[in-house]
Amino acid sequence: MATADTPLLELRGVSKAFGAVQALYRVDFEVRRGEVMALVGDNGAGKSTLVKSVVGIYPFDEGEVRYDGVPVNVHGPRDAAKLGIEVVYQDLALADNLDVVANMFLGRERARVGFVLDESSMERSARETLDSLSVTTLKSVRQTVAGLSGGQRQAVAVAKSVMWDSRLVILDEPTAALGVAQTRQVLDLVKRLAERDLGVVIVTHNLHDVFEVADRITVLRLGQRVALLDREKTTQQEVVHAITAGTLDHVPGMLEEERTQA
Amino acid sequence: MSDRPVEPETSGDPTAARVEPVAADALADDVSAASFGGYVRLWWQGIRAGELGSLPIIVGLLVIVVVFGLLDDTFLTERNFTNLLLQMSAIATIAIGVVFVLLIGEIDLSVAFVSAVGGVVMTLLLRPEDPGWPWWAAILAALICTTAIGFVQALVITKAGVPSFVVTLAGLLIWSGVVLILTTQASSVGTIRIQDETAVGIANDFLSPTAGWVVAALVVVGFALSEVQNARTRRASGLYAKPIVVTALQTAGLAAVTFAAVWYVNKDRGVPKVTVILLALLVVWSFIASRTRFGRHVYAVGGSAEASRRAGIAVDRVRIAVFMISGFMAGVGGIMLASRLRSVATNTGGGNLLLLVIASAVIGGTSLFGGVGRVVSALLGALVIASIQNGMDLLGLASGTKFVITGLVLLAAVLVDAYAKRRRAARGVV
Repeated sequence: MATADTPLLELRGVSKAFGAVQALYRVDFEVRRGEVMALVGDNGAGKSTLVKSVVGIYPFDEGEVRYDGVPVNVHGPRDAAKLGIEVVYQDLALADNLDVVANMFLGRERARVGFVLDESSMERSARETLDSLSVTTLKSVRQTVAGLSGGQRQAVAVAKSVMWDSRLVILDEPTAALGVAQTRQVLDLVKRLAERDLGVVIVTHNLHDVFEVADRITVLRLGQRVALLDREKTTQQEVVHAITAGTLDHVPGMLEEERTQA
Repeated sequence: MSDRPVEPETSGDPTAARVEPVAADALADDVSAASFGGYVRLWWQGIRAGELGSLPIIVGLLVIVVVFGLLDDTFLTERNFTNLLLQMSAIATIAIGVVFVLLIGEIDLSVAFVSAVGGVVMTLLLRPEDPGWPWWAAILAALICTTAIGFVQALVITKAGVPSFVVTLAGLLIWSGVVLILTTQASSVGTIRIQDETAVGIANDFLSPTAGWVVAALVVVGFALSEVQNARTRRASGLYAKPIVVTALQTAGLAAVTFAAVWYVNKDRGVPKVTVILLALLVVWSFIASRTRFGRHVYAVGGSAEASRRAGIAVDRVRIAVFMISGFMAGVGGIMLASRLRSVATNTGGGNLLLLVIASAVIGGTSLFGGVGRVVSALLGALVIASIQNGMDLLGLASGTKFVITGLVLLAAVLVDAYAKRRRAARGVV
């Protein structure tokens, strides 16, 4: 069963095809507790498909998913949330007109007698979560999200994802729209998530971010994993090479042939 | 954003020391607002950032009072003020439903004729012997009809994915036809009198002066208690609460307005019953919108349907409930209108009722873009709209002129909304 070495999430030989397009082909992937795993690759490499399949939006065609060493079947974001898997999507999914607290509790509001909002308790928990992540740039948790900067919004989205005893947080391009200082803040936040012993997956294009926060790097190319690198033992050139010219085990389009041969 | 002190970046801080949250520390940011001066400063910053709240409308009301007060001697009399309360109640009631619809970013163009359906159904059921229902059963049946209409329209909107604009436009035609069919079938002249004292009394009876004072006292005490209770629970949890001075000033302001109004209408016929009904509806729906889980979801759906869906909110169910609220409130308003005229007719629900109702919701500060607004804006907007109508009637303006002026007021309100939204957006997107 689950030992200290068991990866938190482990994918073995997962594939996903959309019609004739093989989006993922026998990919292995893992994240450990307290680890930041970067998932990198060019456009169309299969990063988003992988993330969406993990939370059950697209079911895998084949392969095995183990969570905490136990095989699991995730049929949708609700299942994923129950397992403690939260995704922070690129477009953040925040309601601009609501304040920070309301957004962090959206859909899971605390209420007394079943329907009357318990604002005090929610506000306190929201503050505690933000403080525990050292999010200090928010002036008030009662300001609307519309008034926040991109970095602050990202911080709120991340804090929202860790409020629910989540154990694996997947961040989709968290710094894509941010300036230098705000990128800095978000990357610090990512590190703190790992310090809390959460598994963190960061999907990104930005190699600078990768080398800033990641412990290990999974490189996808054309739906296949072409490299699994240790940040300490690799270089940007090596990663770039893997992204653009990583050796494919199988050439796309020749899969049919191989299958018939095998 | 940058004109207030922000805590320094944590890069140099010993991170470990900050991992455990300290309650007192956590509140540091909000303390600036705990004093009276800080509260006012925050409020002013909000205004400048486009969170205008009820400010434009209060300014607008003052302008209306001054202008019509100068132009016409009777405008400010106690008799006319009482008339104004009677005229605005149905508009405000229907507008409450419209506020909910606007909050989820939709529109309901059918409310005027749905309200007419409510009035007609009640009136028909009250005809003696035919079938001669008791007043409460007739009202209940009317409200069930209009709520069901909202439900059906919402089903088409959500399940078939047709924009609410189109569905309720079709509803506008259909229900105006239904009103015409029902009224012409029931009476050759097309007018049916309400033959029940209680039903007529809804919009034609007044409270005794003493009862009026009691209602005013209840309103003020209720407001104060709810504010104090709210502040107490927040302080008990160690959270920032509105300074007590602000609560006291707000209560005093509310008391002044309420008691002055009661004193004034008591010099005439007294507080209209229909105004009390309107106040009760306002309190209930405000509570639902601002303090319940359902209300939160209404705002969330209006702010971002996608975010709501991802958060697990049953977006379609919220939409359906909101259109049912709209139908229900239209029914209540229709009963008030029928009661006030003591009859329904072929033209019930027609004319500019729809325009006035939607204008009230929007003028009151409810955004057409969804997610922003308060239930009380229905009251404030209806007050503005009814005052303008009333004032123009007193001045004896031609119908055409009245339409033009009402339209311009609506346009001004929408422009304020658009401007405020731009201010909010300019601050939000970095």
